[in-house]
Amino acid sequence: MVQVQARIATHESKGVTLLLIGTALLYLLLFLGLPLFAVFYEAFRKGWELYWAALQEPDAWSAIKLTFIAAAIAVPANLVFGVAAAWVIAKFEFKGKSLLITLIDLPFAVSPVVSGLVYVLLFGAQGWFGEWLSAHDIKLIFAVPGIVLATIFVTFPFIARELIPLMQAQGKEEEEAAVSLGASGWQTFWRVTLPNIKWGLLYGVILCNARAMGEFGAVSVVSGHIRGMTNTLPLHVEILYNEYNFVAAFSVASLLALLALVTLLVKSLVEWQAKRSGEPLHHG
Amino acid sequence: MAQFKAHSVLPGFNLALGYTLLYLSLIVLVPLSALFFKTATLGWGGFWEVASSDRVLSALRVTFVTSCAAAVVNVVFGLIVAWVLVRYRFFGKRVVDALVDLPFALPTAVAGITLATLYAPNGWIGQYFAEYDIKIAYTPLGIVVALTFIGLPFVVRTVQPVLEDVEAEVEEAAASLGAGRWAVFRRVIFPALYPALLTGFALAFARAIGEYGSVIFIAGNMPYISEIAPLLIVAKLEQYDYAGATAIAVLMLLISFGFLLTINALQWWVSRRGVR
Repeated sequence: MVQVQARIATHESKGVTLLLIGTALLYLLLFLGLPLFAVFYEAFRKGWELYWAALQEPDAWSAIKLTFIAAAIAVPANLVFGVAAAWVIAKFEFKGKSLLITLIDLPFAVSPVVSGLVYVLLFGAQGWFGEWLSAHDIKLIFAVPGIVLATIFVTFPFIARELIPLMQAQGKEEEEAAVSLGASGWQTFWRVTLPNIKWGLLYGVILCNARAMGEFGAVSVVSGHIRGMTNTLPLHVEILYNEYNFVAAFSVASLLALLALVTLLVKSLVEWQAKRSGEPLHHG
Repeated sequence: MAQFKAHSVLPGFNLALGYTLLYLSLIVLVPLSALFFKTATLGWGGFWEVASSDRVLSALRVTFVTSCAAAVVNVVFGLIVAWVLVRYRFFGKRVVDALVDLPFALPTAVAGITLATLYAPNGWIGQYFAEYDIKIAYTPLGIVVALTFIGLPFVVRTVQPVLEDVEAEVEEAAASLGAGRWAVFRRVIFPALYPALLTGFALAFARAIGEYGSVIFIAGNMPYISEIAPLLIVAKLEQYDYAGATAIAVLMLLISFGFLLTINALQWWVSRRGVR
């Protein structure tokens, strides 16, 4: 009898529990499950042949290639930056550190559209460097370099944000021990620091990559939407959708949805591995 | 003069700091400063003219009202989702937990065309509302739907770790002193969650204000009714009105930056109270 009382006091009644679980699942089904299912449903609606045809189109192929190129440059660039920034912030005490952390987060506070706009202002035809660039026949805006730059901008904080709290939590005793035993800076980094942060690093890379491949607003502003030339996958989806070519639009979209699912899967695996190895991940 | 940097035996400070500052400046600070220089060419009069025009004001209003509505929806349901994920056990919980991050991983354009298809008057969800003459897609309501999707993970992910840290002993103590379940939630659990809920709200709200990709497909983009501020920037750019586009961008940036500071202050407050 006493036990039943205690249970009621710190747990909800069965009815409330079921109601809460039901509400949560219905909400997630409506906003997450159904859209995810709908992408694949709409893609395969008219059968496999049309699905394959949409993906084998030359414009779709060049969009896939450009998306990979942008991510292949943006992710390593932000990876090197993230490691350098985290090393400085986590291992040293200096003035203006919290300002630096805030500035690193800045791209997250900027609308994707504005992220593209700033590069148009710099490198566009009427931009600061516009005349110089056109005199030297260099095209950055409405061309691939602009797309890469905009992608770097929007994914800028991802890896740094992941590594900074992680390395701060780990402290610097291990590195100090290594250095005082005679290890060089690089040796210390490769043999002591890197093994400690590998899961957090991977976690940041995955999130950074997902955003780099899926970015729409910033890339849309600098792309110029030249089919087969400056269209990334998300932009190709938009063009097809606006042409009422829904099957093709959803077919290409299904590739991106697949990428999202793989991202979530790998992310869960990394979280699980990090938990096992006792490396605290920073979520969000 | 106090020292800029405390002494350390670790190497690499100059190299790492130099690279960090150089990269930060080249990629983020210099481009962003271009916004302010471009706006300055307008002068105060020109800036005010753009900022106070009817179309800009209604776009800002649409953006802020829909962002706020979506963030409120996410606070309510995000709390329920976080609660369910932390406190109960049910079949498929780990999959559901992983799926919460879908809006972070799914490209916004994909979310946009899918939600527009689902909530259109002949879509799977939209058709039930169409029976009652309620249009969701191509109205401000559609914008709220898209922004709710985009902001869904924020509240869940900020509340979840805090809820995990609420100690069972505190609840037991309250219960043994005669508090009912609702009273325990209201007086013991909710005060602990309150800062995290606020942070989650601010994050979802800030993200929603700048959102573009998922909104434009479902909004219908009618000037004065369902046109969001980021779309107006794009529209001005397409007319080569760089200064006008920049003025709106600066307005939005100032507002967003205010929010970023608020979020940081909130997080500082949360950590000071030792809740997280």
